[in-house]
Amino acid sequence: MKSIVRLVTSSVGKKYLMALSGFILSGFVLGHMCGNLQVFLPPHWINSYAHHLQSMPYGLLWVVRAVMLSAVAIHAATAIVLFKENKAARPEAYRKDATVRASKASRTMIVSGLIILFFIIFHIFHYTVKNMYGLDQLMINDLGHGPLEHPVPNVYAVMYMGFSVWYVALFYIVAVFMLCQHLSHGVASIFQSLGLRNEIWRYRLEKLALAYGWIVFLGFASIPVAVLLDFYLGVPIFDKSTFIEVYEQAKNCAGAIQ
Amino acid sequence: MKLNSKIPSGPIQDKWDNHKFSIKLVNPANKRKYNIIVVGSGLAGGSAAASLGELGYNVKCFCYQDSPRRAHSIAAQGGINAAKNYPNDGDSIYRLFYDTVKGGDFRAREANVYRLAQVSNNIIDQCVAQGVPFAREYGGLLDNRSFGGAQVSRTFYARGQTGQQLLLGAYSALNRQIAAGTVQMYNRHEMLDLVVEDGRAVGIIVRDMVTGEVERHAADAVLLGTGGYANAYFLSTNAAGCNVTAAYRAYLKGAGFANPCYTQIHPTCIPVHGDQQSKLTLMSESLRNDGRVWVPKSKTISEKIINGQMHPSEVAEEDRDYYLERKYPSFGNLAPRDISSRSAKEACDDGRGIAHNAGHNGVFLDFAASIDRLGQPKIEERYGNLFEMYERITGENAYKTPMQIYPALHYTMGGLWVDYNLMTTIPGCYALGECNFSDHGANRLGASALMQGLADGYFVIPFTLADYLAGTVGLANAGRTATDTEAFNEAEDAVKSKTNKLLSVNGKQTARSFHKKLGQIMWEYAGMARNEEGLKKAIELIPQLREEFWSDVRVPGENGELNQELERAGRVADFLEFGELLCRDALDRKESCGGHFREESQTEEGEAKRDDENFCNASVWEYKGPKEAPVKHTEELTFEYCKLAVRSYK
Amino acid sequence: MKLTLKVWRQKNSNSEGKLVAYDLDGISPDSSFLEMLDILNETLIERGEEPVAFDHDCREGICGMCSLVINGIPHGHERQTTVCQLHMRHFKDGQTVTIEPWRSKPLPVIKDLIVDRTALEKIQQAGGFVSISTGGVPDANATPIPKQVADVAMDAAACIGCGACVAACKNASAMLFMSAKVSQLNRLPQGKVEKDRRVLAMVKTHDELGFGNCTNFGECQAVCPKGITLDHIAKLNRDYAVASFKNIFGGVK
Repeated sequence: MKSIVRLVTSSVGKKYLMALSGFILSGFVLGHMCGNLQVFLPPHWINSYAHHLQSMPYGLLWVVRAVMLSAVAIHAATAIVLFKENKAARPEAYRKDATVRASKASRTMIVSGLIILFFIIFHIFHYTVKNMYGLDQLMINDLGHGPLEHPVPNVYAVMYMGFSVWYVALFYIVAVFMLCQHLSHGVASIFQSLGLRNEIWRYRLEKLALAYGWIVFLGFASIPVAVLLDFYLGVPIFDKSTFIEVYEQAKNCAGAIQ
Repeated sequence: MKLNSKIPSGPIQDKWDNHKFSIKLVNPANKRKYNIIVVGSGLAGGSAAASLGELGYNVKCFCYQDSPRRAHSIAAQGGINAAKNYPNDGDSIYRLFYDTVKGGDFRAREANVYRLAQVSNNIIDQCVAQGVPFAREYGGLLDNRSFGGAQVSRTFYARGQTGQQLLLGAYSALNRQIAAGTVQMYNRHEMLDLVVEDGRAVGIIVRDMVTGEVERHAADAVLLGTGGYANAYFLSTNAAGCNVTAAYRAYLKGAGFANPCYTQIHPTCIPVHGDQQSKLTLMSESLRNDGRVWVPKSKTISEKIINGQMHPSEVAEEDRDYYLERKYPSFGNLAPRDISSRSAKEACDDGRGIAHNAGHNGVFLDFAASIDRLGQPKIEERYGNLFEMYERITGENAYKTPMQIYPALHYTMGGLWVDYNLMTTIPGCYALGECNFSDHGANRLGASALMQGLADGYFVIPFTLADYLAGTVGLANAGRTATDTEAFNEAEDAVKSKTNKLLSVNGKQTARSFHKKLGQIMWEYAGMARNEEGLKKAIELIPQLREEFWSDVRVPGENGELNQELERAGRVADFLEFGELLCRDALDRKESCGGHFREESQTEEGEAKRDDENFCNASVWEYKGPKEAPVKHTEELTFEYCKLAVRSYK
Repeated sequence: MKLTLKVWRQKNSNSEGKLVAYDLDGISPDSSFLEMLDILNETLIERGEEPVAFDHDCREGICGMCSLVINGIPHGHERQTTVCQLHMRHFKDGQTVTIEPWRSKPLPVIKDLIVDRTALEKIQQAGGFVSISTGGVPDANATPIPKQVADVAMDAAACIGCGACVAACKNASAMLFMSAKVSQLNRLPQGKVEKDRRVLAMVKTHDELGFGNCTNFGECQAVCPKGITLDHIAKLNRDYAVASFKNIFGGVK
């Protein structure tokens, strides 16, 4: 036990914690993005996908959730410890500071990380804990194969309605941009921390990480941008037939405010 | 002063083995009862401290830098010799011995040199076992290269940083002992005096360079591995902090100082650039393997090059004087250091120098031919880091423009006189490495300094020290710690009063300016070529400068703090005395040998001419007091195995 | 050349420091940075002021003693160059140059620009060696070592222990310094024998001394005068993982 504590409390051990939890999280992010992008397909795609996830056997959903939540917790807690220790290691700052090579992204991991953490909490409440905005009213009983016995959540509509609130969409875009920054250093860093990188692969992995970050950003950000275009400028991107009443209501409200 | 070299009897091949058997040993369980002080943490001091710690002695090791890893051994570039004969080119212990004696111009002690050659192989084994990353062939075995003064490849190397790697090896061994508690390390401590009681060395006085506190340390024996005195010349390739203080203090306390006039001028240094220069930088001698040394045949071409009217590559082959190849066809550009240096001076004195400085002191080291023959990548592989360093310092690309080089003071063969056991004339005080005089005679061959430092520290002192400890000190008196004796009081008072004196002069000139002036005198009159008139002049000028120093030096700050000017002033004060001793020795030795070239003693061709009849000896100087001239003693050198011959590299 | 220097002056480890400006004229572009400071000090002494204390020794880029942060960059802006080999021709006439000491908790300032690097010594003492004693070792050629292994070990061994990596690291971590020794010895057959012990002990000491954690910025590599790369840190990370797992199962004694 002592040796395990020694490992996870050592400076290198903390790197492993960051790298492994980061690996899980960055993998999840890509999967999550692919899932979300189904919103650009007819509504029953994303709705059936969500339904399948919800109805995984043996409580697998909770296992996955537990893994994800602990990854977030470990990643965040370790980051805060690291931040505090690193600050303490240089009590007096340089009067004239300069940086030769370290990227802006790498130097602001704590900032982007905290914004993302805040976002994650908000995001979970916003979309998963369903009593916000009364979105639990948005149900559907057709997943493309005819009527169902019990209605299932209309995720398509939930996403659309969620992003139709402009400041929510904006916060979302800012957060995924932070995620992009975070990943552009973090993904390459995983390999370094686990000792799986050398001078040749360093530059390749750094480029790969940058690409990864931007792919994730574009993938995620495309959805709120599309919703905003659809909702405010009337560009016909989404099929609103499954939640037309709620849509009309929101549209009227928005119009009334304007 | 009695000089007993204690050379063991018997054939030279057996002397060391016989000696090891006949000297006394300290029982393993008793070793921890003895206290040893080691001053200096370079190859000699560091390896000695580590080895003695491993044996179980209580060791205290002192260095003036902030870490033992910074000792100036670290700057050695080229390599380390050993008689391994891995390349199968005819090397042997006997050949290494012979080359070293001959290279030293027959002014070294045969028995010591033979021992050095014998243990040279153990050094390589030892260093490899420590994890020193020597250069290797594709087959995984060690690579060798050739070096000046030898016709076999016996030099082991680690890129251009061999000294660094060997020192870090010794440093790692030392660290292991520090962690084990057998060695206590005192960084940023400078030895300011040796304490002698009842004729034996019993401790040292040091100054903690951070707090200024003067401390006493007692021990059963004191080992000095404090390096050479090249900085007496101000501009040298030595580190800024290298000084003669420890050795000179030992001399003042009664240790004989041998052959101070034997100084080595290294032929391949970067020429002086102006009067703001603080040190000279060496370019490894290994460069001479592929570089050709030349100057133009005529002064007019030299002038054109200096004025920038002509690029060196435009000089036609027939207008170039490859003077080393011309004068020494069989060794060519690999002629020994003293000969190469003097030839460069001759060429420049002849007005054919090509450097942009006063006196135009510089010659070309040209790689164009090798680049043509081997291609630039090969040259880059061999010397890339040296070319980079050259460019960093001079701003010139040596692949395109030939390097400029000029000799500079680099190493000092003279040092404290020691017997076969490395003990000075003060019982209990030992001198190791460059600090002693023993192995290089009047000239040191390339890649031999590292060998000697490590030989002394790893393989000689661990044996020979036991003889003194078991014999003279004895178990009953082992473990000396008392520092409240009269001898310690006196020594500490002397150190303190010197410090106070330095701080109280409060004159106008800085210590550095005095150092610079001393350096000018030394280089002018006791440099590459010396003569009676010049040396007499120097012996007149140095005391004057010394007097001026003590009446007009300004040392700011106080003692009780980190005070670099105080450190410097103390060192310069010792150089100002030591420089005179060096000149006296040079004046006294009316022959030319190795690094000591007396203009009065040369052949018709201008080569050094030894006087074996009168000077086949080591001059050992005994201090007689501040007002008296030192007295010379001599140790006659006998050559039973090496034939005293004119050292010819033609 | 003419320069304005802003130099960190601090009487001793207990006192507060501050930047003090000095004007300096007549510097030759061929001078090294330290020679320029020598001239400053000569001028200060002649004016009756205290000279600036700074560490230096070999002045040829190998001893690792010199340790100045110049305009925010340890050893200055020239790549793979120590301060002592940095020449004034790389500065502009009339430029303002800020000179500070290494800044980190484990390497406190002793005076002006001099820091106490004992912490770096402690890391080496924890395991930067092969546990063999003098004598009794096999012939140097008894164990062939592949050239590429020896070469990489040499790359790592080139570390001069100056501590610029600590000074440059935004977290004041000594990981590059430590990894250079770990990587050198753990690669070679001579050092492999005790590679687990070594890496565990050195990392433990590093952490206890209060150095920061490595977060893969790469600043250390950028300022390292000897071009030591992050590869060695990657090697340390690998070795530490293996050693820790062995340790958890009681395999490291």
